[in-house]
Amino acid sequence: MNLLLSAETTGWDTFLSVTQKLAGGFGTTLLLFFLTLLFAIPLGLLFACISRARFKPARFLMRAFIYVIRGTPLLLQLMIVVYLPGIAFNAPLTKWEIFHQNVPLSYFCGALFAFVINYACYFAEIFRGGIENIPKGQYEACEVLGMTKSQTFFRVILLQVIRNIVAPMSNEVVTLVKDTALARTVSVVEIFFTASEILRLQFIIWPLFYTGAFYLLFSALVTLFFGIVEKKLSRYWK
Amino acid sequence: MDKEYKNTENALLEVLELTKSFGETQVLKGISFSLKKGEVLAIIGSSGSGKTTLLRCLNFLETADGGRILVDGTPVFDAADPSLLHPKNIRKNRLTFGLVFQNFQLFPQYSVLQNLTLAAILSAKQNDPEYKTDKKKVLDAIDTRALALLERIGLAEKKDNYPCQLSGGQQQRVAIARALMLTPAILCFDEPTSALDPELTKEVLRVIRDLKENGHTMVVVTHEMDFARDVADQVIFMADGVIEESGAPSELFTSPKSPILRSFLSQ
Repeated sequence: MNLLLSAETTGWDTFLSVTQKLAGGFGTTLLLFFLTLLFAIPLGLLFACISRARFKPARFLMRAFIYVIRGTPLLLQLMIVVYLPGIAFNAPLTKWEIFHQNVPLSYFCGALFAFVINYACYFAEIFRGGIENIPKGQYEACEVLGMTKSQTFFRVILLQVIRNIVAPMSNEVVTLVKDTALARTVSVVEIFFTASEILRLQFIIWPLFYTGAFYLLFSALVTLFFGIVEKKLSRYWK
Repeated sequence: MDKEYKNTENALLEVLELTKSFGETQVLKGISFSLKKGEVLAIIGSSGSGKTTLLRCLNFLETADGGRILVDGTPVFDAADPSLLHPKNIRKNRLTFGLVFQNFQLFPQYSVLQNLTLAAILSAKQNDPEYKTDKKKVLDAIDTRALALLERIGLAEKKDNYPCQLSGGQQQRVAIARALMLTPAILCFDEPTSALDPELTKEVLRVIRDLKENGHTMVVVTHEMDFARDVADQVIFMADGVIEESGAPSELFTSPKSPILRSFLSQ
């Protein structure tokens, strides 16, 4: 059957139904995106603190963990998180899958877990860089002015750290927008999954490109947001 | 020790046998000197001689391994007295000293005025009982003092500018005013003009000169020999962690006794 024909014959109705389906999938994409940020940012901050800890073994383990996570594909991590428990508990994969098909939420949670860990590691490195780039003299200037450690951090250092991390965070968050598509591989029905299902079942290909438009629009919004933050902060700095 | 006490009876600042090591390297090998109120002490010497470490010990940025520091006869640092090393005591005692850094170290996110008032406001919040009852009055008083200082360094019209909008010389003048906000008994400078062009150096040195005329006690680590000769009442030449030679600038610069100082001055 001709692809174009199938789109043509149904016309406007097809477009509406595809839009509806994709929007539904995009809801899941957004949920994954925002929940990942919600958990990965504080966790990344914690990781950054541990990787700067005075206690050497903790520092070493944290950095090793970050190295492993950053050095292996997210796709692999997703599969390990979602499928390994089934294998580890000696449950046959098929059975485990059958069990989980009744509870699709667990796929989403597994994927979310993998995303949070992965992005927390990337964020941790950004935060660490942002903190370590503050000149030592800024701390000393606060010290000789008699400020306490918490005053120093919250009144002087924090905003400079934020300023340092805006650009790399912007990059990383835009990457996250697109990385959410990987969740499709572990059966999370997000927008890309939805588009491929439409292709498989209805044999129309343009929804895939339509999906691209969703990602583009969303990346544009994210970039715009970070641009505004950066502009706000650059009022103070050159 | 008794002998030193006699010599320095009316000294504002007394430093006695200060020592400091980093690992195996001894950077300060027993530094002693004293300074009267209103005097300016210039510390000169090549890099690595320990002069910056000495200044950092005075400001509690480094903790000396041995020796004592007395201000107005009261010990603010004593390596043998751990109670003085308690963070609370350090925070209180360090305000006896102000420090102006080589690279200014203004806070980039705050305006010139805010750079001056920040520490004073935070300190009032914690220590001034009046802050709770009449917050506005306390804040107004801090603002007034900051504006008066800005007036004095000639930057009153820049009060709402941010540090990045100022020249290096202006930034350093703001840094001086910021240090003065906490009314330190002794103001220290760590090579205050090393990061500046000769043209900008002048305006900063003019401010330091003006402070001397107003009776401020200062310790200046400097590479500006002309300035040291001109403004200092006392010069210390440091080499390899010891005071190689000290005295009035007129003697020290015209007839240096130590061969190391002679070769240093001829450079």
